[in-house]
Amino acid sequence: MAIIERPSVSPTPAFAGADASPALVTPTAALGVFKRPVSTTGWKSWLFTVDHKKIGIMYGVVAMFFFLVGGLEALLIRLQLAAPDNTVLNAGLYNEMFTMHATTMVFLFVMPMAAAFANYFLPLQVGARDVAFPRLNALSFWLFLSGGLFLNTSWFLGGAADGGWFMYSPNSSALFSPSHGVDFWTLGLQITGIASLIGAINLIVTVLNMRAPGMSLMRMPVFTWMVLVVQFLLLFALPVITVALFLLSFQRNFGASFFDVDKGADPLLWQHLFWIFGHPEVYIIILPSFGIISEVLPTFARKPLFGYKFVVFSGVAIGFVGWGVWAHHMFASGLGPVSVAVFSAATMLIAIPTGVKICNWTLTLWGGKLWFTTAMHFAIGVIILFTIGGLSGVTHASAPADTQQTDTYHIVAHFHYVIVGGAVMGLFSGFYYWWPKVFGKMLSERLGKWNFWLMFFGVNLTFGPMHILGMQGQPRRMVVWPEKLTGEGFFNLAFWNLIASIGSFVIAAGVLVFLINVIVTARKAEKAPVDPWDARTLEWITASPPKVHNFDTIPTVHALDEFFHRKYEEVETEHGTRLVKVKTAEEIHAEQEATADQHIHLPSPSYWPIVLALGFPIIAYGVIFNLLLCAVGSAIVLLGIFGWVLEPSVADDSDYDPPVDGAGPSKELASIG
Amino acid sequence: MSAVIEPTEHLVTEAADDGHHVPQDNYFIRIALILAVLTALETATYWVHLGPFATPTLLLMMSIKFWIIIRVFMHLKFDSKMFSVVFYIGLVLALVVYAIFLSTFQFFAR
Amino acid sequence: MADIAVHEEPSARADHGDDHGHAAHPSTGISNNKLAMWLFLGSECLLFGGLISTYMLYRGRSGDGPGPAQIFDIPLTSVSSFILLMSSLTMVLAVNAAKRHEESNTKLWLMVTALLGSLFVGGQVYEFTAFYQEGLGFTTSLFSSSFYSLTGFHGVHVSIGVLMLVALAAIIGRGRISGDKAEVVEMVGLYWHFVDVVWVVIFTLVYLIPA
Repeated sequence: MAIIERPSVSPTPAFAGADASPALVTPTAALGVFKRPVSTTGWKSWLFTVDHKKIGIMYGVVAMFFFLVGGLEALLIRLQLAAPDNTVLNAGLYNEMFTMHATTMVFLFVMPMAAAFANYFLPLQVGARDVAFPRLNALSFWLFLSGGLFLNTSWFLGGAADGGWFMYSPNSSALFSPSHGVDFWTLGLQITGIASLIGAINLIVTVLNMRAPGMSLMRMPVFTWMVLVVQFLLLFALPVITVALFLLSFQRNFGASFFDVDKGADPLLWQHLFWIFGHPEVYIIILPSFGIISEVLPTFARKPLFGYKFVVFSGVAIGFVGWGVWAHHMFASGLGPVSVAVFSAATMLIAIPTGVKICNWTLTLWGGKLWFTTAMHFAIGVIILFTIGGLSGVTHASAPADTQQTDTYHIVAHFHYVIVGGAVMGLFSGFYYWWPKVFGKMLSERLGKWNFWLMFFGVNLTFGPMHILGMQGQPRRMVVWPEKLTGEGFFNLAFWNLIASIGSFVIAAGVLVFLINVIVTARKAEKAPVDPWDARTLEWITASPPKVHNFDTIPTVHALDEFFHRKYEEVETEHGTRLVKVKTAEEIHAEQEATADQHIHLPSPSYWPIVLALGFPIIAYGVIFNLLLCAVGSAIVLLGIFGWVLEPSVADDSDYDPPVDGAGPSKELASIG
Repeated sequence: MSAVIEPTEHLVTEAADDGHHVPQDNYFIRIALILAVLTALETATYWVHLGPFATPTLLLMMSIKFWIIIRVFMHLKFDSKMFSVVFYIGLVLALVVYAIFLSTFQFFAR
Repeated sequence: MADIAVHEEPSARADHGDDHGHAAHPSTGISNNKLAMWLFLGSECLLFGGLISTYMLYRGRSGDGPGPAQIFDIPLTSVSSFILLMSSLTMVLAVNAAKRHEESNTKLWLMVTALLGSLFVGGQVYEFTAFYQEGLGFTTSLFSSSFYSLTGFHGVHVSIGVLMLVALAAIIGRGRISGDKAEVVEMVGLYWHFVDVVWVVIFTLVYLIPA
């Protein structure tokens, strides 16, 4: 049974080797006005938590909320485009709708949902007890929440951003976007950008430095690898959009002229800066889902992943080559033939590592004993739908072809296939796969199949026709399509727009079924078995849900798919080698508990991350409305930083309420064992 | 004489970073003098016109100073290679990406 | 018995001696904090690279306002540059003193570094004020906007660095740092040197290379 302790105040003999400097820092003497939060149950234990698992769940819940917001925005767009010359949304509102739909989906849903999985599972998959910097982890979440909410208050404060999620200049200038919407957009993204940057540093250090003994880099699960690549992409891409956002803010709020053509500016400056970020961004979006299905497919094919090394290296290759293709978003912008040719060639190259992955996933399935759970359905769905999206992507890579396709619905078809069909379906695969681990219950497989098929058909119904619409010339971001331009025959715009709009509601129905599944599952009492999928990786060595300290004993890793190798052994028989189950998961868990570590130190909760996260939106409101608020917000940030720095990672004993019998602070963090 | 290794047990990792080879103050002072001389030479180009050699010479001196500061003052030379790797990835990426970026504006074509 | 304590930022307590000699074993043998700082500095290359590239693109577009050749005061700026360079030296001396557990020397060199940094910022403020009076405002031209943005960002970085140095000296002085003091000083030092190295690049590319 593991005992989780906090150290006593006075130096003990155990500290004899420690730095012989003054007494340990105590929060009571520090800047904290309020006592250090230490509760382990109730809302406070969520609000002030630094536990990566709770933070992961919070990321997931908030991301799901924004998924619904972004989905609603999408449905409104499709309602507007269901019929010719429609009047559901006026032009201004339509612009806001597609801008916010994309911004919400990319920055407030897909990225944070991947962060939810990464936060929850990265430490578990590498055999750690938490991430490298738990309080920074909490800060990342609260910054995400405050930035996302700040961004959406624009709807109520004069109108949302309306320049498209890529916010091209000169459209983005005060002249053409006079409301505060674009400022909410730039500042909101700055805030969430800080969250992601901090998160990236946190996770990279965690993966590099906190792996269990024996876990070399090439024994890490593929999900961990893909997330690692993503963190490096975030680390290096976010500063570029930071520069772009600052330049735009300076132009809109302080009169600078970075994108002002009258003053001699080059509007392509924005486009380059945005897309130097924007292209790595799309790999940031897809790689986590690639990682998820790389776990799901081997588990339900009951075979190891085919070509683990190739899958890992192709992920890294995508990370590198992805930096050299950004201007394929700008083929029609007047770059000149040399630039266009170079970027076109590079873009074709990047299809190769992705193709390698598709091959490896397919070969993983080949010859396996396939088990068609919902998670497996979604994973196979990713392979199919991402391939379709990738194929249209290859046509875009050819600059002459793209010159016709760009800014039409053909592009919209492409990226929705890869994002919804690829990234989002991958996330859903993760939900069904890992739900028993996180919540200790199995999502209903029956509802799950409905969820899948509705989404699968919905995606094809919505975005398949958009290939046709694009080739027929329907431009993007147009509030209406007029009756007189619909054309006739099989490829007329009217019919396919209607189909696409119906399809969007089919997707919505699928999402609704998922939400129903979640509620139904929460209500049922039946607990999930300890290893429902006979899985392969380390996170399944923990309980479901994991104990607060994750592992009773940090496992020593001897091979890739360590958990699998503890359960199964290869046995020589006269028919050749066979896999024989030598231990059940329950037995392995019991072994873990029997040899549990005695003294596990976990960092204590803290309220400074929330304090800090509150300061930033106040600064942002100040930039838009009143500079005095900037001063207030900055003061809060400064205060928060000082308070944080002076607070030790583990709370002092005196912060704990004495137990009833008055014998001294309770040392029990949670009931264990 | 090398830097003192911390006696404290939990600082084992610190010793692993810096090893035994970090030089003493005098070494760094000498390096700073080299940097000062380079800076003086750079500034001298304000008065001594080098014509078409100005830009390459200045870039070279800048690069040498850059290199010295990150390798010596920031200890990359003496520390674990991991630090160098993560920093150089960022540095090289910045150089390559922004060079491509500027070339699309025909910045280098003059 | 393996014992893993969760590492944290500088103020974190390192893990405790009761683990029978097992310090938390970072898989790579290097410190979490230092790795984090280097990762951050790697990303800062992209940040300053973007600002520098924007400047390089726009430095010739001064419109009706003064251009680089008319406005820069190289002798003055070279003095500031020299001061910042020397502050890097004093920073190294602070780090070395911290490693030798010489607390008062550490504080001394930290404060000297902060002083030199403040002198640099003071020089920048003086320089910008002079430029402004000579007709180069923030919004005057593309050159001016890019110039002030680049050097302004750098100046803010230096100012934050000065704040960190002073705060660090104060916190060390009152024994408020738990964990490894030398490492904290070294981390701040890395930041400071990086800020200096960015200036090495800016000084050459912006001021010295003839437009």
